[in-house]
Amino acid sequence: MTTASPRLLTTLRTGLFGTRGNTLITVTTLLLLSQILPPLFRWVVLDATFTGDATACTRDGACWAFVTAKLRFILFAFYPSELLWRPTLVILLLAAILTASALPRFWGRPLLIAWPLTILACWLLMQGAFTAAPVPSNQWGGLPVTLFVWAVCFAAATPIAVLLALARRSTLGGLRTFSVLYIELMRGTPMVGILYVAMLILPMALPDALSLDKMLRAIIMITLFWAAYIAEVIRAGLQAIPSGQREAATALGLGYWRIQQLVILPQAFRIVIPGMVNLAIGFLLATSLLAVIGIFDLLNAARASAADPQWLGFYNEAYLVVAVVYFVICFSASRYSRWLEKRLASGGKRP
Amino acid sequence: MSDRRVFRAVVPGPPRPGTFGKIRAWWGGWPLGQLAFLAVLALFGWLFVSNVLETMARIGILPGFGFLSSSANFEIGESAIAFRAGDTYLRAIAAGLVNTLKVSLLGCVLATILGVVIGVAGLSRNLLLAGLVRWFIEITRNTPLLLQLFFWMALAKALPAPRQAPALFETVFLTNRGVYIPSLSLEGGPFGLLAAIALAAALGSALLLLLRLAGRLTRRSGTAAITLSLTAILLLLVLSGTRPIVQAPALAGFNIRGGLNLSPEFAALLTGLVVKFSALIAEIVRAGIQSVGTGQWEAARALGLHDGQIIRLVVLPQALRVITPLTTSSYLDLTKDSSLAVAIGFPDLVSIINTTANTTGQSMEALIILIGTFLAINLALSALMNLYNNRVAMRGSTR
Repeated sequence: MTTASPRLLTTLRTGLFGTRGNTLITVTTLLLLSQILPPLFRWVVLDATFTGDATACTRDGACWAFVTAKLRFILFAFYPSELLWRPTLVILLLAAILTASALPRFWGRPLLIAWPLTILACWLLMQGAFTAAPVPSNQWGGLPVTLFVWAVCFAAATPIAVLLALARRSTLGGLRTFSVLYIELMRGTPMVGILYVAMLILPMALPDALSLDKMLRAIIMITLFWAAYIAEVIRAGLQAIPSGQREAATALGLGYWRIQQLVILPQAFRIVIPGMVNLAIGFLLATSLLAVIGIFDLLNAARASAADPQWLGFYNEAYLVVAVVYFVICFSASRYSRWLEKRLASGGKRP
Repeated sequence: MSDRRVFRAVVPGPPRPGTFGKIRAWWGGWPLGQLAFLAVLALFGWLFVSNVLETMARIGILPGFGFLSSSANFEIGESAIAFRAGDTYLRAIAAGLVNTLKVSLLGCVLATILGVVIGVAGLSRNLLLAGLVRWFIEITRNTPLLLQLFFWMALAKALPAPRQAPALFETVFLTNRGVYIPSLSLEGGPFGLLAAIALAAALGSALLLLLRLAGRLTRRSGTAAITLSLTAILLLLVLSGTRPIVQAPALAGFNIRGGLNLSPEFAALLTGLVVKFSALIAEIVRAGIQSVGTGQWEAARALGLHDGQIIRLVVLPQALRVITPLTTSSYLDLTKDSSLAVAIGFPDLVSIINTTANTTGQSMEALIILIGTFLAINLALSALMNLYNNRVAMRGSTR
């Protein structure tokens, strides 16, 4: 402590007031902050209303009473309130499998099998299948929908992406051309356009016998859309594998699929995992676009909560709450990605 | 003749592939399997299309793009091309496209400026500033763009009414009816501002092209050519009696008159896009500058260059090689993300296409137009940026 504090002081002094220009920057920044922070603090804490109902809230401060009253709606939207244990369990299940996937020691075949099983379990849970009280997907909402759509689409898009990336790198001209066209078409289109395809075209394109609900249609189209993005990341990993690896494996008498499965893909994946985590963060944020086609994901639920006649117009509070939720998930994921990158780069041995 | 025959007999190599052979080699192995796969895909595509056509026939909609010339009975909140209810759908879509291009172009320019400033500020040795930038970037990067747009929209709506709105620097009004900024126009002469800019650009590029063809294009002659064309146009403007008119908005009664009015939706969308993408570009700029090793700085200092020269001659040319391709994809993302306008009610291409699809029922055609347009924008933008990237990359390799 006695040795640390002088060093800290020196760092602070040179970092803030080292040169004349530095001092100027510090003073200007402090002036700017003094304009922004006090009103913000007043709004968030001093003038805020913490208990009571809408009439108790003033327009000068935040209305945290609104958040306590509507938190259940923001997190779960229109899901029947007596069955809330189901979406809660879904969140816990997804959190568990995500945590397991994040820890390198669990990477392996059991995890690959656990993923589809977890997704199936979540789907059945949300639906309340085999129970007396099924819940149709238009009543799902909030955080479980955001997490579920994200996890399902990412998990389902990855195998498609691997095939697309392999096709794009292969010597088969027909498949290569198809893969290039598909990837560029998807990457050139905005996600809103893809969601409109799910909303407007898919019901017309599918035969009447096969009518899918809105959630499922959105999931299918988003999966196909994300596959193109993941494929490009995986392709970068495939390109980084020296061709000697493939040649050596061929010399050992392995066939194409065995080579990919045993030699190329395990190495390529290790290279691209940080990139895929970054992609996954972007995708989680992108699920908020589900609001555009009227699915009540976390963000849309927050918006709807402030449209409640009893609590009209507390948009800022609602947005702040979901912003914190998104931020916590994405920030920790990006920290994790950085940690993983360092570990994979330094380790060399099997992580 | 006979020599060749002998040659052939001695070294039996494979014959040069003909056209068919080349196609065959390009097509690669597993030829029938590939054909079968593509055929199955085509079959599915055909099934989908025929299903769509059947559904359209059942609800009595004629497939095809004929609807573009029929009249659209909806209003567009704001557009650069004049549009009234009753004009054609084609015109409505064009208005939407112009809106999309306007917001994307402005967004790219402003996000680049702000992003470079923030990126450089983040590299500052000042702990407070660097920390502040760090938090700004983390918060903007880790929350959804749509959420930020909703926030900016709520903020735009919560601004005071024009009568109570404070004026920043006496000329900028932030009101709940939009943002009012001073407008710049040219009046009193035969030239409009746009015509003058177009003329200057044409003259400048003609001169540059001439110089290039003559093989005399250097930095100095290029700068001279651009300056020359600008002065020529300015002189012409002054001589023809055109005066620039800066019109500041001012409070008149219950509303603000004069100046340029940016609608709340446009202002919110532009702010959201600029803030989000400036954070991304700041990260790219930081990574680019940090990719140039400290050894480069030290070596340049040892040569006696001062900081400005080091940045211009040593650091930037190398950093740009990292920065340019990444910024290109940021611009593409920004253009695509401008489609979120539909969620806050700004009439961009996507929102007009959506309205068109809903009012005419021609959703397949409308979405084909949408996807085709975005593909075209994307391809054009990447082609442009590739040109620039080639220049940057070449400069790096030749000098």
